[in-house]
Amino acid sequence: MRSVAVIGIGKTPFGAFPGRDLRSLAVEAGEKCLANGHIAPSQVDAFFLGNFAGPSFAGQNHLAPYVSTALGIQGVPATRVEAACASSGSAFFHAYTGVASGVYDIVLVVGAEKMTSQPTPRVTEILAGAGDCAGEIKAGSTFASLFAMIARRHMYEFGTTREHLSAVAVKNHANGALNPDAQMRKVITMQQAMAGKPIADPLNLYDCSLISDGAAAVLLAPAERAGEFTDKPVRVLGIAQASDFVALDQKPDITTFPAVRRASGKAYQMAGVGPADIQLAELHDCFTIAEIIAIEDLGFAPRGEGGPFTLEGHTARTGDKPINTSGGLKSKGHPVGATGVAQICDLVLQMRCEAGERQVPRHSLALAQNLGGSGATCVVTILGTV
Amino acid sequence: MNDPTGTIYTETVIYSATEAFAADVPYQTAIVSLDAGGRVTGRIVNVHGDRVRIDDRVVRVEIRDGVPFFRKIA
Repeated sequence: MRSVAVIGIGKTPFGAFPGRDLRSLAVEAGEKCLANGHIAPSQVDAFFLGNFAGPSFAGQNHLAPYVSTALGIQGVPATRVEAACASSGSAFFHAYTGVASGVYDIVLVVGAEKMTSQPTPRVTEILAGAGDCAGEIKAGSTFASLFAMIARRHMYEFGTTREHLSAVAVKNHANGALNPDAQMRKVITMQQAMAGKPIADPLNLYDCSLISDGAAAVLLAPAERAGEFTDKPVRVLGIAQASDFVALDQKPDITTFPAVRRASGKAYQMAGVGPADIQLAELHDCFTIAEIIAIEDLGFAPRGEGGPFTLEGHTARTGDKPINTSGGLKSKGHPVGATGVAQICDLVLQMRCEAGERQVPRHSLALAQNLGGSGATCVVTILGTV
Repeated sequence: MNDPTGTIYTETVIYSATEAFAADVPYQTAIVSLDAGGRVTGRIVNVHGDRVRIDDRVVRVEIRDGVPFFRKIA
């Protein structure tokens, strides 16, 4: 296996863009990325698109060549990857394996989603397609309600509180307020976060990530060639994807995500590092409880301690384990299929010292965790500049 | 044969639903650990009067369109 590096990144802002369609967002991110990596479309050996529900949101199928040809990339394999909210994390993983194995040299990965063209109840319905439609969804579950049931059980078993959940939202909004590409650049108080409109008890509006349009892109190359394209390459030191049950009621214990434990265990081993070594992370905070459980499953805090760990400020931008300095899915936005690649872009910005006001001082070893559905897919990536 | 009984493993009350369930809000869903083994996601009847919590005992009162509905055992 060859060592692989990220040689370029590109992103659109995240938000609600009534005049933009899926392809124009994907093309903007792809073009910015190619320019950033000093790569011409003709140099790209393969194209991967992470997209969750383009056919449902936009009525368009066959999306990978639809986007790649619009970018001027002709003739090469163009593949769409769907893994719910981990679609582009999975696309990134498969692009990585293509470069590491020597099948490809230069691979472009774009993640994109256009969600705001549909009314919220329809968006809720499309998102529910990532659950078990013959069981939990048929019974009336929404994604918020699945994570609400996870939160309820976590509170019962470990004493996690309403305040712990809100501490995640307050922290991520404080970070997103400093991110010019974030959808909701708004600082919120603990009082506001605790008193949001109820969505699925115990979760309120401020526990839920946003409905967003947006795209993000990265370029991968063999590390030995990275110097040809950039003077700030970031290496993929460890990466793994893991899977688990789609239906929540099939999991023996819903207060932990086995796919996160499995993927992170393999990624740590591959990188030769442990959770204590990680200097910053982008975690999948689709709901506040998801960030708390990710903190535990990744080994940043013991089981049941993710809430107190957050409330104590460890995960703040100024803390010893900064998490979601981009604002996370909560404040930056969550165009589902774009999220996994956007996490990589945001970490690379930090690792290149290009994160502006939200720049953290320690940034040579970083981790991204991208979760699909209620934990059926997880991709963990460890990046390093050392 | 008696109606299946079980214990609430986790629950939520839903206030924001898809179009198909919009008329039902707020409604309660739960994962029930069945006494006979296994878990199932179902609806709880009478959300206002009879909200269930973790560890409450429930009995299945009907199956509507494949979805089990449970009621709290007093």
